[in-house]
Amino acid sequence: MDMPVPDPDILARKAAIVARLLAVLPEDAVIHAEEEVRAYECDALTAYRCPPLAAVLPRTTGEVAAVLRVCHEEGVPVVPRGSGTSLAGGVLPTADSVILGVARMNEVLEVDYTDRFIRVQTGRTNLSVTGAVEGDGFFYAPDPSSQLACAIAGNIAMNSGGAHCLKYGVTTNNLMGVTMVLMDGTVTEIGGAWMDAPGLDLLGVICGSEGQLGVVTEATLRLMPLPEGARPVLIGFSSNEVAGECVSDIIRAGLLPVAIEFMDRPCIEATEAFAGAGYPDCEALLIIEVEGSEAEIDDQIARIREIALRHDPVELRESRSEDESRRIWLGRKSAFGAMGQLGDYMCLDGTIPVSSLPYVLRRIGEMSGEFGLAVANVFHAGDGNMHPLILFDANKPGDLELCEAFGAEILKLCVEVGGCLTGEHGVGVEKRDLMTVQFAPADLEAQMRVKDVFDPRWLLNPGKVFPLGAVAGRRAA
Amino acid sequence: MRPETEAELAEAVAGANGPLALRGGGTRAPGPRGGAVLDLAGLSGVELYEPGALTVVTRAGTPLAEVETTLAAEGQRLPFEPADLRGLLGREGVSTIGGVVAANDSGPRRVRAGACRDSLIGVRFVDGTGAVVKNGGRVMKNVTGYDLVKLIAGSHGTLGVLTEVAFKVLPVPEATATLAIPDLDDAGAVAAMARALGSPFEVTGAAHWPGRGTFLRLEGFADSVAYRAGRLRALLGGETGPAAEDAALWRAVRDVAPFHGQPGDVWRLSLRPSAAPGVVARAGAEGVLYDWGGGRVWLLTEPGTDLRARLGAFPGHATLVRAAPETLARLPAFQPEPARLAAIAAGLRARFDPRGVLNPGLMG
Repeated sequence: MDMPVPDPDILARKAAIVARLLAVLPEDAVIHAEEEVRAYECDALTAYRCPPLAAVLPRTTGEVAAVLRVCHEEGVPVVPRGSGTSLAGGVLPTADSVILGVARMNEVLEVDYTDRFIRVQTGRTNLSVTGAVEGDGFFYAPDPSSQLACAIAGNIAMNSGGAHCLKYGVTTNNLMGVTMVLMDGTVTEIGGAWMDAPGLDLLGVICGSEGQLGVVTEATLRLMPLPEGARPVLIGFSSNEVAGECVSDIIRAGLLPVAIEFMDRPCIEATEAFAGAGYPDCEALLIIEVEGSEAEIDDQIARIREIALRHDPVELRESRSEDESRRIWLGRKSAFGAMGQLGDYMCLDGTIPVSSLPYVLRRIGEMSGEFGLAVANVFHAGDGNMHPLILFDANKPGDLELCEAFGAEILKLCVEVGGCLTGEHGVGVEKRDLMTVQFAPADLEAQMRVKDVFDPRWLLNPGKVFPLGAVAGRRAA
Repeated sequence: MRPETEAELAEAVAGANGPLALRGGGTRAPGPRGGAVLDLAGLSGVELYEPGALTVVTRAGTPLAEVETTLAAEGQRLPFEPADLRGLLGREGVSTIGGVVAANDSGPRRVRAGACRDSLIGVRFVDGTGAVVKNGGRVMKNVTGYDLVKLIAGSHGTLGVLTEVAFKVLPVPEATATLAIPDLDDAGAVAAMARALGSPFEVTGAAHWPGRGTFLRLEGFADSVAYRAGRLRALLGGETGPAAEDAALWRAVRDVAPFHGQPGDVWRLSLRPSAAPGVVARAGAEGVLYDWGGGRVWLLTEPGTDLRARLGAFPGHATLVRAAPETLARLPAFQPEPARLAAIAAGLRARFDPRGVLNPGLMG
């Protein structure tokens, strides 16, 4: 993975830079020993690793500001890090950069059920935000699968989604305000306990900016009331096309499920072998979850049943108990683990218009034969977000590159049918060099202008999002 | 100038040798702008509509009414309930969908369904240099690069001229009900609305109209609406009015009907709901309308009132929506921001519109 060339001057001055960091932080907040910085050499995209110059773990916004001031003065790049769960290499350092981890900033600062928001330090894990309020009947809606580990800081950087996002939106639709420290150490407050921006929607462009505009240390998040209940239904189909048509009919009928998950035959089979959830033998299945009171759930499921029956399902399984609901979800939730049992895999997250699913799956199947790599598909059918899981063997020379090449072709196909490269994971380094497939030069230029304003010296999170060639000339060499 | 295509629009902007006044229908912008009028209604037409995918893509100059009719024919609608502000602002003209996006206009349902910018999934625009830029697309889940879709929404043309917009739409529900609770004072009304919005009953409108009542809207399948209305009534009291009157009531809230034909300036506040009654008490206004559970407050004031000076700091911000030209020349329409944020906004405008031709001075 090409990254910006580390500045030899910074490398030569490592001791002095570390000393300046130690002057503004407690000693235990600065990690600089060679064997210790290695822990920060990668995120969940483990194929690419590079130990940083140092890593810091501040405990306050003031400490974050002090670190950034030092790094700004020294011209040292800074890589902000939440929990390091990025699948796109969003936290991959260069040898001359300092990892700024907010994991020690994980407090709840304010909870307000009347005005329905929670204010947290952004190092807090996603699940523990809901954990702080669900006893009182509320939750924080964006729920990425990694929510046990991922941090709000990362959620904001990547504009994370999750199973609930079909109904409740993604992070940017639930983010009300931030405290953000700019690269020169200035602390800014944007938004708050009110709705909408007073002028330009800076919050809207900060969310999803992959740690390149500032370091977000605190966030005001929208709280939603917990529904009275939820229940899934599982439907098996004889073809991908029919499954897709059923989804379309459900949406046309005015139903708004919380989640609509699709799995194809390879995924179903791998999952059955692994988790034994008792999924039907079929080409495709849907798991649809609806919310409300018991009566409202019954009514929605009855409507879904009536629509599904028009599509001659192989099986239609409703849940009559908590345990049955759990079993319906078991396979889907084990899918990635099941693929991991078969071998190494790469998980993509291109998005497509939902009507393109049958065509895209057919093409992926053809490419699978051409590349000689097996692939299984999980798909958020309500919003078009695909998760092709490509199996490869990391120990086989050339297999990673082959897998990446196959993945790139799938993502190009997503763009070709009117979708995009990434629906959830972000660009990071993983899709950086495909950005020109989706964007014309003027489109990338417009995005880069935003960074020019927030971080004129291009010190924050280098080597991400924009192809290196497009960036050349903006960052001092 | 009235371009008929994106390319013509790009040429018009590139060739501008002075300020341009961007005009969709002229129904929403705060005040009259100087400069050569760039009429955007020529870029009209729905380009793609997939009801089964809840996706519509339309040229930005398409009349809002045409977009709404197109969606209604398939039993769908824009979730964020954009207003018709002509009655409030004393305007005539045909509102365009681009104008709605440029203003991020969002009505009562914003409290549940999100603002215009939350339904917006893609844009094409011409920046101040005449370059055509696209961001987002036609899919809901899209984190590819920076989110300029959100940045462009509500930028009132100052970063670029919209040529195409794409939305995620939602179905029109089968039924509605509105619970009306009488005789609550402002603080009691905001408290009641907070309880409703914090309940699991999916309230999609929460407004307090002093002198007329406190209103909570429910939408969905008929049985579900009846059930939820019953649960809310048990919680808060009040009565559900005839469903046939719901649409007119919420249109009146959406369009700020109480202020139509009333002299005075109109301010729109966005604030922490529980702070709203106290802020209103300090405002000395002649008319008040609460929406978004108290998160939005419309105020009618004496002409020329500097409401921000009168209120001092409060958790939120105030936009001057209607006032005489001399007042708009004296008081900024948009809430002045702290220096560093104002500098960032100015920096963005300077980069997207280096010559300062796109509605210069409108936002700062």
